[in-house]
Amino acid sequence: MFAYLLKRLLYTLPIALGVTLVSFTLVYLAPGDPLNAIAPADAPADVIEALKVTYGLDRPMPVRYALWLGRALHGDLGASIATGRSVASEVMSAARNTLALAAVAAFVGVGVGCVLGALAGYRAGGWIDRVATAISVVGVSVPHYWLGLVLTIVFSVHLGWLPAMGAGGSGGWAWNLDQLRFLVLPAATLCVIPMGIITRTVRALVADTVNREFVVALRARGLSHAAVFRHVAKNAAPTVLAVAGLQIGYLMGGSILVETVFAWPGTGSLLNTAIFQRDIPLLQGIILVLCLFFVALNLLVDIAQPLMDPRIRRT
Amino acid sequence: MNARLETALPDALDAPAVPTPASVVPHAAPRRGRWRGAARQLLRDPVTLISALVLLAIVAAALFAPWLAPADPYKASMIRRLLPIGSPEHLLGTDELGRDLLTRLMYGGRLSLLMGVLPVALAFFIGTAIGLVAGYAGGWLNMAIMRTLDVFYAFPSVLLAVAIAGALGPGMSNSLIALTLVFVPQVVRVAESVTTQVRRLDYIDAARLSGAGALSIIRVHVLGNVLGPVFVYATGLVSVSMILASGLSFLGLGVKPPQAEWGLMLNTLRSAIYVNPWVAALPGVMIFATSMGFNLLADGVRSATDVRQ
Repeated sequence: MFAYLLKRLLYTLPIALGVTLVSFTLVYLAPGDPLNAIAPADAPADVIEALKVTYGLDRPMPVRYALWLGRALHGDLGASIATGRSVASEVMSAARNTLALAAVAAFVGVGVGCVLGALAGYRAGGWIDRVATAISVVGVSVPHYWLGLVLTIVFSVHLGWLPAMGAGGSGGWAWNLDQLRFLVLPAATLCVIPMGIITRTVRALVADTVNREFVVALRARGLSHAAVFRHVAKNAAPTVLAVAGLQIGYLMGGSILVETVFAWPGTGSLLNTAIFQRDIPLLQGIILVLCLFFVALNLLVDIAQPLMDPRIRRT
Repeated sequence: MNARLETALPDALDAPAVPTPASVVPHAAPRRGRWRGAARQLLRDPVTLISALVLLAIVAAALFAPWLAPADPYKASMIRRLLPIGSPEHLLGTDELGRDLLTRLMYGGRLSLLMGVLPVALAFFIGTAIGLVAGYAGGWLNMAIMRTLDVFYAFPSVLLAVAIAGALGPGMSNSLIALTLVFVPQVVRVAESVTTQVRRLDYIDAARLSGAGALSIIRVHVLGNVLGPVFVYATGLVSVSMILASGLSFLGLGVKPPQAEWGLMLNTLRSAIYVNPWVAALPGVMIFATSMGFNLLADGVRSATDVRQ
């Protein structure tokens, strides 16, 4: 087990390093000077030079990457070109809002998906199975930004029950009832994605497992439905965990569109702003933080899986 | 990143977001009968058949838009803005600039469908080629290719698409590049895993012993076994690609106005949800219907080509 953990950890390091490299270089793909965002087009050459030195743009790329990485390791992601504020604190406060949204959506989506999928897989071919299959197809097919729009139309414009935009209060996230109302629509929109995929996964796994010989043997021994189901669930759990972990990661990165629809002050909205203002340090910071979160989540799943399923440890 | 996961997942589930290469029982040579049997089975499956017909109608409406559409897609009218669904002369109402929505939806299908299919097709060719090389070569080359791609795998796909498109700047060709780059690693994984499985089989050794070169072994003995599963996987990506592409346009990173594209139309009509909400929702209905059609069709193709049945 210890060797396995060490192997996973060592394997994650080069990935994380690769992620930092991609996050850093990606934004330089575009033609054009990053200083265009702040310097007026007719700025004199010496001002441009001074700005270049201020932002470290006068040095060659590998040096810039090394310096950036070194500072990033200390939690310093530089200052936003557009606002001059610290990128790290901007990203972190936005990430908090996104995390609140993604956590609620993941909890609802994974929970409902597990129940639906298990019911459907257990009674494969029955009406619950058909309903669950339909829900999962809708879940993976629906453009969620459109779903958000439709939910806004129904619940905000027509019924007036829920706020259409923002996060309420001070703009930041806090756990109280008034702010919770702002969370309902974005979370309901976002939870559809993991729900469809988890339903599908659990259904296939359970349907596959209940036909195995050991389940037949358990039934033959006279075990109750609940007891048999426990065995089935134990077999399905590690894979479901892996898929759910990936989905939560996708939610963190994938909430960009939903956040735009609902003007949710999270990383997605921040990313959108950074792109259109061509704010390179901010862009790099957001991409880096979101990806490292995803990498860490994967590592966590990799560690949790063998704890649940001893068969994995041997590989 | 999760090599174990792939083998642990049953083949039947293949949600696009999760890489699960269909582990085929490879044949010495691809048999014609398999595909003919699959076609026969597809025709017997009513859900697949209906979704194919719906898709066909949407594709036809987009393809023949210049002849079928009732109006000019770019002709704006200040006095006819945001007419409701069912107005005389404008069956599905008008958009925020007074352009006929039915016409815009038909024309919009052209770019939206193109952006669903083209990135996947490009990724299919590029990814299969890389996957074949990595899988057949094995050893350090395989390591180098697959570990590099693992880095791109560490990016959630929406984030990667938005980041690349955002870095390159708005525009249709840039979002095409972004989406292709998102799908290539996924296709490579499937192609590589199938190639690695096939490469270990005895008849490959036999071919090598009888003096066949690597290229002809890949072309004659490996390719036929790899294309099927990769194709099945790629069909599942089309709807993802369409939703992502429209999503990029929705963010303002894809197709630029005044061009008609469903995601962009959804974006520009957003401000109208307080005036005429159902007209504003229509482009999304098209994206939804099309991506659902592609998903159901992909499911049908997958179960029809599943050799275990």
